[in-house]
Amino acid sequence: MARAFTPKVITANALIEGDVIYLTFDDQWSRELSQAELITDEAHAQLRLLEAQSQAGEVVGAYLADAIDGPNGPEPTHFREEFRRTGPSNYAHGKQEAEANV
Amino acid sequence: MYKYNDFDTAFVAERNAQFRAQVERRIDGSLTEDEFKPLRLMNGLYLQLHAYMLRVAVPYGSLNSAQMTQLALLAEKWDKGYGHFTTRQNIQFNWPKLSDVPDMLDALAEVGMHAIQTSGNTIRNVTSDHFAGAAADEIEDPRPVAELIRQWSTDHPEFQFMGRKFKIAVGAAAKDRAVLKAHDLAVRIVKNDAGEIGYQILVGGGLGRTPMIGKVINDFLPRADLLPYIESVVSVWNQIGRRDNKYKARIKITVHEHGIDDIRARVDARFALIRPTFTGADQDLLAEIKTYFVAPNFRSGGTETYDTVYKADPVFRAWADTNLAEHRHNDHAIVTISIKKHGATPGDASAEQMRVMADLAAQFGYDELRISHEQNVILPHVHKSDLPAMHAKLKAHGLGTANIGLISDIIACPGMDYCALATARAIPVAQQIATRFDELKLEHDIGHLQIKISGCINACGHHHVAHIGILGLDRAGVENYQITLGGDATWSATIGERAGPGFAYDEIVPAVERIVGTYLEVRDNAEETFLDTFRRVGMAPFKAALYPEAIKKVA
Repeated sequence: MARAFTPKVITANALIEGDVIYLTFDDQWSRELSQAELITDEAHAQLRLLEAQSQAGEVVGAYLADAIDGPNGPEPTHFREEFRRTGPSNYAHGKQEAEANV
Repeated sequence: MYKYNDFDTAFVAERNAQFRAQVERRIDGSLTEDEFKPLRLMNGLYLQLHAYMLRVAVPYGSLNSAQMTQLALLAEKWDKGYGHFTTRQNIQFNWPKLSDVPDMLDALAEVGMHAIQTSGNTIRNVTSDHFAGAAADEIEDPRPVAELIRQWSTDHPEFQFMGRKFKIAVGAAAKDRAVLKAHDLAVRIVKNDAGEIGYQILVGGGLGRTPMIGKVINDFLPRADLLPYIESVVSVWNQIGRRDNKYKARIKITVHEHGIDDIRARVDARFALIRPTFTGADQDLLAEIKTYFVAPNFRSGGTETYDTVYKADPVFRAWADTNLAEHRHNDHAIVTISIKKHGATPGDASAEQMRVMADLAAQFGYDELRISHEQNVILPHVHKSDLPAMHAKLKAHGLGTANIGLISDIIACPGMDYCALATARAIPVAQQIATRFDELKLEHDIGHLQIKISGCINACGHHHVAHIGILGLDRAGVENYQITLGGDATWSATIGERAGPGFAYDEIVPAVERIVGTYLEVRDNAEETFLDTFRRVGMAPFKAALYPEAIKKVA
C-alpha cells in the first residue's frame, strides 16, 4: 500500500545568493519557512513543484520537504530542514545574521 | 614556489573568461541549472545548504605570502571574513554570491591561483607532505613531482569526464604525513639499494563508504617513467572502472574486484603502448620546475634568544614542545600554527589571521606557507631565534594554541552546518570535545591522540584513520554518532574498528571522555600513546567503558 501523503512545503535555493527559500501561497519566494504554503494534497504538491521548477531564473533545486502545521506557520519535521531554515550552528551567519541586523 | 609562465596565465585567464560568460548566461536564463551545474563544478563552485561554496585549489598545500594575503581579501570582500582550510589542503569560501564568483576567480588569477578541478570527476588537486622541502627525513622535496603531475593532469583531455574523481598524493619522507595509503594513487619517492631515486606507486586506497588501504602496484619505477605510468593507471581505470554505480566507481573498487595483479598486468600493457609517446619533454619540464623549488638561502646565526625564552617562559615552552617540528637545518624549525583554538571551528581562519600568517611568512619564513590535511597552517622554515617574536604575534591573534597532535587538534569536515551531502553535524562536536578537554586540563597528559570527525559516510573528515573516529549519521531522523577506534593515517595505515552502537548528539562528548579515561587507566606509562595502548589491549576495555549496560546484561 502506498504511504499516506504527509504535508509538504516547496523549498529551494535562491539563484544568486544561494539562500534557502520557500514558495508562498501567492507565488512569492520567502526566506522564512513560516511564510511557506503548507501543501496537504499530493496532486497539488506535484503541480506546485512543477511550477517552482520552471522558475529556473530565480531558484535552484526546488523540492518538496516535509513540514507540519505549527502555531506560526509551517515547521520542519527533520533536523536537516531545521538547519536549512536556521543557518549554521558555529556562527550567526546567513539568516541569523540577517535577523540580528533587523 | 612554482611561478606561472605565460601559458599558465593565459590558460587560467581564458578559463575565467569562459566561466564569467557561463555565469552571465545562467543568470540571464540562457542556461538551465542542469546545463550550468557541470560547468560550475569544473570551476570549484558548489551549491551547499545555505549558500554557494567556492573551493580554491592550494596545489600540494603550498602558498606564498601574496597568495595568503589575497585569500584574506577574498574572505573580506566577497565572503563573511573567513575561509575554511580543508582536509585536502584547499581553502573553501562558504558564502559567495554567484554573481561575484567571476570576480573572485580573477582576483585569484592575479596571484597564480584558481579553482579548476577542485570538483567534478577529474583528477583533483595533488596533495603532498605539508613539511615538504623542510623535513629532516625526506629524500628530496616532493613538490616538483607534485607540480609536474598538476600540470599534466590539468585539463588532460582523456581525464575530464571520468566515472568518478581521482586523487593523487606525493610523499618523499620516511614518515608519511600525507595519508598516502588513503589515495586513489600515491607516489612515494624512494631510493633503491643502488642509491638511485625512483618511485613506489600505490593504488586503490580511499576512505568513504568502503575504506581501503592502498596497495603497491609498482615497487620501483624509474624517474622518466612516472607520467606515462600514472597515465596508464588512470587510463586503465577510466576504461574498466564501474560506471553503473557511483558507490562502486572509485579505483579502490576496481582494484578490489579485479585484484592488484590483474590491474598491474593491464597497466603494464597500456604502459608499453604509451611509453614511447613520452619523448622526454616531461623530464625537461620537471628539470625546469625543480629550479622553482630551490631551497631558500637559510640564514645562519645563534639560537641563544630561543634557548633563553624556552627556559624562562612556560607558555612559549609548551607551544614549542607541541607545535615545532625538526627542520633539516638545526638552527631552523618547522612551525605548525594551530587553526584549532579550543572551541573554534577547526580549519577556519579569519581574514585578519590570514594576513598575520602571511606577514609572518614574509618577515620570518622565507615567504613560504603550507596548508596541512590536518587543517593547520605551517611555516616550513623559521630560524629559531625568530620564534619568540613570532609566537608573541601569533598569540595576540588567537593563533598561539599549543595543541598540535593533541586531542583538541581535531579534523572535522563542514558537516551539516554547511554541506548538502552531510547526514549530521561535525563542527559543534569538535568544538565541544576541544572545549571539554581544555577545561579538564588533561590534553598534554593524554599526549598524541587524533580525533577525526566526518558528518557523513563520504569521510572527508578522515574518521576511518583516526585514533578515535567519529561518524555522524541520520538514524531515523535523529543525529547519531558512530565511534571507531585504532585507525592510523601514517605509513602503518589502519582502518579503525567500530566500537558498537552509535551515540546521540548529547552523548558523544561524554562517550569520548569515557574512552580517554579508560586509556589513562590502562596505559602502561605516560609514554604509551593512545594508539599503542589500543593495539596492546584491544577493544574490550573501551567497549566496557562505552557500553556498561551491555556488560551488565551479559552478567
